[in-house]
Amino acid sequence: MTDLATYNFAYLDEQTKRMIRRAILKAISIPGYQVPFASREMPMPYGWGTGGVQVTAAILGPDDVLKVIDQGADDTTNAVSIRAFFQKVANVAVTTKTREATIIQTRHRIPEETLTAGQTLVYQVPIPEPLRFLEPRETETRKMHALEEYGLMHVKLYEDIARNGHIATTYAYPVKVEGRYVMDPSPTPKFDNPKMHMSEALQLFGAGREKRIYAVPPYTEVVSLDFEDHPFEIQHFDKPCALCGAEQVYLDEVILDDKGGRMFVCSDTDHCEDRRAHGHAGHLLAQQEAAE
Amino acid sequence: MSAVPLLKVNDVSKFYGSRIGCRNVSFELWPGEVLAIVGESGSGKTTLLSCLSTRLMPTSGVVEYHMRDGQYRDLARMGEAERRFLMRTDWGFVHQNPADGLRMTVSAGANVGERLMAVGDRHYGNIRATAADWLRRVEIEEDRIDDQPRAFSGGMRQRLQIARNLVTSPRLVFMDEPTGGLDVSVQARLLDLVRGLVHDLGLSAIIVTHDLAVARLLSHRMMVMKDGLVIEQGLTDRVLDDPREPYTQLLVSSILQV
Repeated sequence: MTDLATYNFAYLDEQTKRMIRRAILKAISIPGYQVPFASREMPMPYGWGTGGVQVTAAILGPDDVLKVIDQGADDTTNAVSIRAFFQKVANVAVTTKTREATIIQTRHRIPEETLTAGQTLVYQVPIPEPLRFLEPRETETRKMHALEEYGLMHVKLYEDIARNGHIATTYAYPVKVEGRYVMDPSPTPKFDNPKMHMSEALQLFGAGREKRIYAVPPYTEVVSLDFEDHPFEIQHFDKPCALCGAEQVYLDEVILDDKGGRMFVCSDTDHCEDRRAHGHAGHLLAQQEAAE
Repeated sequence: MSAVPLLKVNDVSKFYGSRIGCRNVSFELWPGEVLAIVGESGSGKTTLLSCLSTRLMPTSGVVEYHMRDGQYRDLARMGEAERRFLMRTDWGFVHQNPADGLRMTVSAGANVGERLMAVGDRHYGNIRATAADWLRRVEIEEDRIDDQPRAFSGGMRQRLQIARNLVTSPRLVFMDEPTGGLDVSVQARLLDLVRGLVHDLGLSAIIVTHDLAVARLLSHRMMVMKDGLVIEQGLTDRVLDDPREPYTQLLVSSILQV
């Protein structure tokens, strides 16, 4: 047996890739519609991005440059292992630079840097059905999508306001795609919802356990649901990033010591490093330099 | 009362395989009229109600509904989207068990508001004000608006279910044993409430019940069913005071006297 016979580019066999590509094409043709596909067993547990990995494997070519992020970071377990996986099975170039990547697989963030035409963002999705927690029956939710019966989605937002005085949903915030399908944007913070709207990049969503693929093609309308008297709002942060001083970005809280010390830093590590390389400094970094 | 019936039922039959659900039922329901369907369990009352409310497809026969645009439409020939829209706007369905008709895990206000949001109401303040108004009308304290139905008593749940159905001002309400499982004093209060609402709103209603007292209080007209057939129908007072069929006589005479 030759080496070639035991090896297939990007892990999946060609028939599986063909099946997934067909599902992706269908998903792109019907923005926001969840296309069922025959999800395969992957060499990682469910919940670690089996859906995203299958989508990436199906669209990856030898010339692609891959970036993988986990909660915005390039250096956390999930991102490192998936990146290593594709280096091994496809031998593709990898990067941490958003600008250089052609395919970005993400877990729960959209990079701060605006994506451009030709880039593809692949989301890992745990639960693709936005109506699931209100309506447990799959037969019923499919019918509701088919007949565009989305009143229930607003019942959830109503409950939020009734209990908390404002819409307290902060992630997996439901959106309506191209005026038709209500879609779960995967558990990204609602901060990222506006970035999906009219994006130049192709956005693909893969849910491995639930066996669904859906998509938002470039230049597609993505509107977050809300009430007239309680309009959609993104999160706001009081302080800029402690390391790079960036404002209008999504920040993570980092505990510094056991005396209540904490800092807020960019969740997008590439964005933060890039800014620091260009001479921007947040207050903690400036203090550190002054001490040296 | 307008001059045309709201619902025309012609020769409706439903078979479960070779078993009979209901057979050759024909009647007309007029605007503002309350019709009771009575009979013992297994007599086909609920099957008939399901056929009328499109929850089941009749094996044969036609049910026509007078739409708001003045046209009669054959319910079996309507598209599913249109039928479901009709069911949540122009119709109501009150289940015997409130848990079947309510969302038990969302607040009372959201339960009432759901239909409004389903037809495109997107103003939180207005939805909440309407919900509060309807809770008051079904005699639920306004400060319970954010409580879940789980925290409600059986009678309150049933009243909440009624409010949830009436919020879009339907013209026709189906009720399946609305007082089943409630104790007598709560039943009386509920009946009083339903009677008032039906009168004030000019609703038409079809009520399935095995309780002749409920039929007597609420309905103008009644049909008695046995083995899937309508064996007697007429004005409620006439049927109850002067039953003609032997079975109806038996039914009337078996009411417990206290």
